[in-house]
Amino acid sequence: MTTFLGLPTAPPGVGHLRQEEPFPIAARRALGDSQLRRNLGKATSHIRAKRAAVVGELPDWEELRAAGQAIKAATMADLGRYLQQLEASVTARGGTVHWAADATQANDIVTELVRQARATEVVKVKSLATDEIGLNDALARAGISAYETDLAELIVQLGHDRPSHILVPAIHKNRSEIRDIFLREMAGVDPALTDDPAALAEAARRHLRRKFLSATVGISGANFAVAETGTLCVVESEGNGRMCLTLPQTLITVMGIEKVIPTWADLGVFLQLLPRSSTGERMNPYTSMWTGVTPGDGPQSVHLVLLDNGRTAALADPVGREALHCIRCSACLNVCPVYERTGGHAYGSVYPGPIGAVLSPQLTGIEDNASLPYASSLCGACYDVCPVKINIPSLLVHLRARHVEEFRRAHRMPSAEAITMAAASWVMSDPRRFAAAQSAGRAGRVLGRRGKITTLPPPLAAWTRARDAPLPPSQTFRQWWHSEHRDAP
Amino acid sequence: MTRIALFATCLADTLFPDAAKATVTILERLGHEVVFPEEQTCCGQMHVNTGYQREALPLIRRYVETFEPHELIVAPSGSCVGSITHQHAMVARRLGDELLAVRAAAVAARTYELSQLLVDVLGVEDVGAHYPHRVTYHPTCHSLRMLRVGDRPLRLLRRVSGIDLVPLPAADACCGFGGTFAVKNADVSTAMLADKMRSVLDTGAEICTAGDSSCLMHIGGGLSRLRAGVRTVHLAEILASTESAGSIAGAGR
Repeated sequence: MTTFLGLPTAPPGVGHLRQEEPFPIAARRALGDSQLRRNLGKATSHIRAKRAAVVGELPDWEELRAAGQAIKAATMADLGRYLQQLEASVTARGGTVHWAADATQANDIVTELVRQARATEVVKVKSLATDEIGLNDALARAGISAYETDLAELIVQLGHDRPSHILVPAIHKNRSEIRDIFLREMAGVDPALTDDPAALAEAARRHLRRKFLSATVGISGANFAVAETGTLCVVESEGNGRMCLTLPQTLITVMGIEKVIPTWADLGVFLQLLPRSSTGERMNPYTSMWTGVTPGDGPQSVHLVLLDNGRTAALADPVGREALHCIRCSACLNVCPVYERTGGHAYGSVYPGPIGAVLSPQLTGIEDNASLPYASSLCGACYDVCPVKINIPSLLVHLRARHVEEFRRAHRMPSAEAITMAAASWVMSDPRRFAAAQSAGRAGRVLGRRGKITTLPPPLAAWTRARDAPLPPSQTFRQWWHSEHRDAP
Repeated sequence: MTRIALFATCLADTLFPDAAKATVTILERLGHEVVFPEEQTCCGQMHVNTGYQREALPLIRRYVETFEPHELIVAPSGSCVGSITHQHAMVARRLGDELLAVRAAAVAARTYELSQLLVDVLGVEDVGAHYPHRVTYHPTCHSLRMLRVGDRPLRLLRRVSGIDLVPLPAADACCGFGGTFAVKNADVSTAMLADKMRSVLDTGAEICTAGDSSCLMHIGGGLSRLRAGVRTVHLAEILASTESAGSIAGAGR
């Protein structure tokens, strides 16, 4: 017997959307890695400055952001219709559309398509969606080897590592660490390889070129899908993606359903917003677009797998659905003071940083990523840079409230925090009780010496691990006012 | 003369009364009447930002009812004013109290952070202050990005006589306070604080100022633990200091 508890979320046990441990624990470990701190601090400040410079060039940046936001909101409001239009357009041009309710279905569909193509090797364009569903693992179980062709994804794959950034998956590695990985894992690499970026890129190029020429199946994600024509679009920097999209006979694209946009005119807005926000470039080097099958040119078997995996559940929350507007530029990661210090692995999901903290819990159900909405000081830097104006701080606050409400429904006993919060609310909702609590709090003066408190009891002990606390003053403002304004009404 | 209602904020009322007293001093010196509605308590931000909106609702209602009769309201906190202007109506609406949401929005529209009130409403930048110290200013996140106070606090500080105002490197980076974040994610918060303290110490300033007692409690708590020899002082206390009266900081301790 099953109980319907709302729309299905991404299933556990498949893919990479869930924390294995709470954020504060994972973050604590990451904070202790001084090389990681150095690599991240350097990389994020570099991208931040580049982005700020190219965004500053556009006099209509705010209008573009507003347009991007409006297009996404309108698309989400009518998502079903646009997806059906996309399916019809792709089908009319000789492509095949598959609908996957979750990660397991998507993996099964792709595995079956690769089998039908009689391939044991596939080349992959950098794709978050396939990483979200754990496609490489699923293919490996079916005896199929997947080769990542994006340089940073290749570094991650060769290093038996996990991506830690939406755009720069190996941001946590510096070039000497990358050289070590190549020397250790890349067959036939020149043992005299240096850590010069050009030399590293050349080594990767030689390694990958063999795969491009032999693979018969390419697998990609998509940045955008235009409903009116069925055109899919991948935006990249290296050209390796274009090799995967054009050389193999079979091309399979896995795309989250929120990536559909209505028209080509809409694409014009996003192609201005995305490169400047993500790599800090006016335009990215390679923008590939394909529409179904072009007879005699490029892949002759073209498939589109539309992935839900919790997205409809997010769409059902009229506030939370704004997270689906994300175009995966990663600007919010690069400005986030939390991400800059912990890196992406601490978030436990392929979607790290501020956008991950509002997206992952909605895809999995909040309880499975319960610490993520709290992994922010609500400083608001993410909202300022978001190219589609996702109000991430407000979404974080909203998801915290949803978490508290869901916990309350699921548990008979309130948490210690809930008891504290309820007590504080009771005290502070009445000025006389508040004044009495202030007087009681002044007893805390006994904890102090030389005007400060160095050790507080739980739950405030975490404060005084690294910070002194102020000594309550001998007189509150309220008491001072009263003594000064005795005659006042 | 304008009649201005002071929302002291629960934090300043309880732990940092000098910031609230200084707000009174500045406004009275400028010839305005300050009233302190004693029914006030707390804006409820801590509850909202920790997920306890149901518990925040009575605090929001109390704020609205206390300040509804007043034409002009000031608080010495960008964060509390940010919560009042950006969250009160939202929370009331989310919990189904549309009438309270409408009233909250109206009261919020009359609620100003101190530097906004001085510069935008009262039209002053020179408040007649004197403060012979080397000072650096940290723009707190909510005053910067929620309220968009911009350079108003700096415009006020630049007109203080005797002050040696030095710019803070990476000023717009969060200090890591974030309310309950400082306790729930204490390690990340401390890592952010370490970088903020390094920036403050790099300036050679003897005082770090800001428009929020909460962020100053965090930065000051860290500096104090390091015995760094640098202290934190609320913006209002600097603006309240004069050549004849001196600084009120430390009074009542």
